[in-house]
Amino acid sequence: MNFLYQIAPNLEPLGGELLKCIRQTFQMLMVSGLIAFFLGVLLGVLLTVTKSDGIMRNPILYKFLDKIIDVIRSIPFIILMVLLIPLSRALVGTGSGVTGSYVALIAGTVPFFARQIESVLADVDYGLVEASEAMGFSPTEIIFSVYLKESIPGITRVTMITFVSLIGITAMAGAIGAGGLGDFAIRYGYQMGYRDMIWVTVIIILAIISVIQFIGNVIIKRTTH
Amino acid sequence: MIKLEKVSKIFHSGGKEIPAVQDVTLDIQEGEIFGIIGFSGAGKSTLVRCINLLEKPTAGRVTVDGVELTGLDEKKLREVRRKIGMIFQHFNLLRSRTVYQNIAFPLRKSSLSKAEKDEKINSLLELVGLADKKDAYPSQLSGGQKQRVAIARALANDPKVLLCDEATSALDPQTTKSILGLLKKVNEELSITIVLITHEMAVVKDICDRVAIMELGRVVEQGTAEEIFVHPKEHLTRDFISTASNMDKFLELVEQNNELTRLGTGDKLVLLTYSANNAGEPVISYLAEAFSVKANIIYGNIDILKGKTIGKLGVALSGEPEQMEKALAYIKEQKVEVEVVKE
Repeated sequence: MNFLYQIAPNLEPLGGELLKCIRQTFQMLMVSGLIAFFLGVLLGVLLTVTKSDGIMRNPILYKFLDKIIDVIRSIPFIILMVLLIPLSRALVGTGSGVTGSYVALIAGTVPFFARQIESVLADVDYGLVEASEAMGFSPTEIIFSVYLKESIPGITRVTMITFVSLIGITAMAGAIGAGGLGDFAIRYGYQMGYRDMIWVTVIIILAIISVIQFIGNVIIKRTTH
Repeated sequence: MIKLEKVSKIFHSGGKEIPAVQDVTLDIQEGEIFGIIGFSGAGKSTLVRCINLLEKPTAGRVTVDGVELTGLDEKKLREVRRKIGMIFQHFNLLRSRTVYQNIAFPLRKSSLSKAEKDEKINSLLELVGLADKKDAYPSQLSGGQKQRVAIARALANDPKVLLCDEATSALDPQTTKSILGLLKKVNEELSITIVLITHEMAVVKDICDRVAIMELGRVVEQGTAEEIFVHPKEHLTRDFISTASNMDKFLELVEQNNELTRLGTGDKLVLLTYSANNAGEPVISYLAEAFSVKANIIYGNIDILKGKTIGKLGVALSGEPEQMEKALAYIKEQKVEVEVVKE
């Protein structure tokens, strides 16, 4: 500990605050990450199967999803966040703080993630789908046991990419009072000019990303044959 | 077993109508191996997909094992499909599953117990000769082994029909032979009706009982493999047959007026086709004896179709015009097919 305080002198008075911010970042990552993952996969699957050559062809739904994803994706996150405050109030009761950040974080992640899922699923050989149809499987069964099961390595890969960008946008959530490491870095590293605190946040974020990437790589390795 | 009645499939692309299958009527008998041959784009892959309704016919009726598939709803159709196995050119195995799991895949919906499924899968592995590969992943297998897994998978639900879409087209000749051997075994031991799509006449020659020739979405000729080989009616059929023997080489020589096939005045170049019932007759030597017509053999080929011999001889005949006529008449009398290639 003493050694740490030596190289980062501001850690001693700010340690408690830093821990709080780490907790906030984790909360944002966990809650919005988990929800965004399921929504993204769902949307990616919907895009894939409702396409004109998909197994549940539905041009109207496809067009609608396609457009809405493009629209949301093109709004810069910091603006999206402010834009969604009323929606967040309606859904979770507040437009600020950690709880108030979820809606924006999910909206900022899902469109990007859904597109990536769509491109991963597009790599599934249509022959497999055809073979499964010939074996008498229903579209739902094909989605789970062919599209998703066959794509686990690809889904893991794009989940890692998206996770990194989610960490990026959680750092911006400080703007609506959600706290977190980004907020910590702005307050102490930028406004107070504590360079050591910038380094500390960078190292913590790198550590989080490394752990996630390590887990992801293990999953990819285990599921690629 | 499989009845197609006036089946048509029209694709719509960019406002245009593309007829892939037109007015096809076929009656495939129980227990036979039925070949459908045609060049790529002839519509044979679409036709075979019309049998299990992977492609919904635009018109016509499809009946398999007494059930009219074209009248079924999706749910019923899925049930019926389990009794129609299918294998593909590119095998279509699930990469994330082992050989064992791939074969187990279609059994998910079966009512067998876990132990029964296990027994079933192991016996299928035994049948296709891959018992030692059960825990391998498809990426670790050769093309031929992959197709064997695909066959085992297609047989898991005890189908009555096996559809093969260009099943040997991605394989080398040696492997093709072994896969065809396996299909024949499946046909004989499990009495499964096989419909086989191919562009190779050699495949038809090896295992098919009956064959249909397709061109531009239509069946232009059909019959037993022997009939088709011995009495091809359509030009396209002849083309396929000549690719299966070396006959195209011979006809090329004739066309190029090669030395080998150059004729003296009054000589005739004829192609004789012997089939099972006359392959034993010493026709050629009799020509010299009885009519003093000399026969110079330029080309010869023997095919064995389902144990029946079919011989083709390209012969240059020379002799007195009158004697030649008699000789040709004699040959025909022996029920040997004669086609004058060049005079």
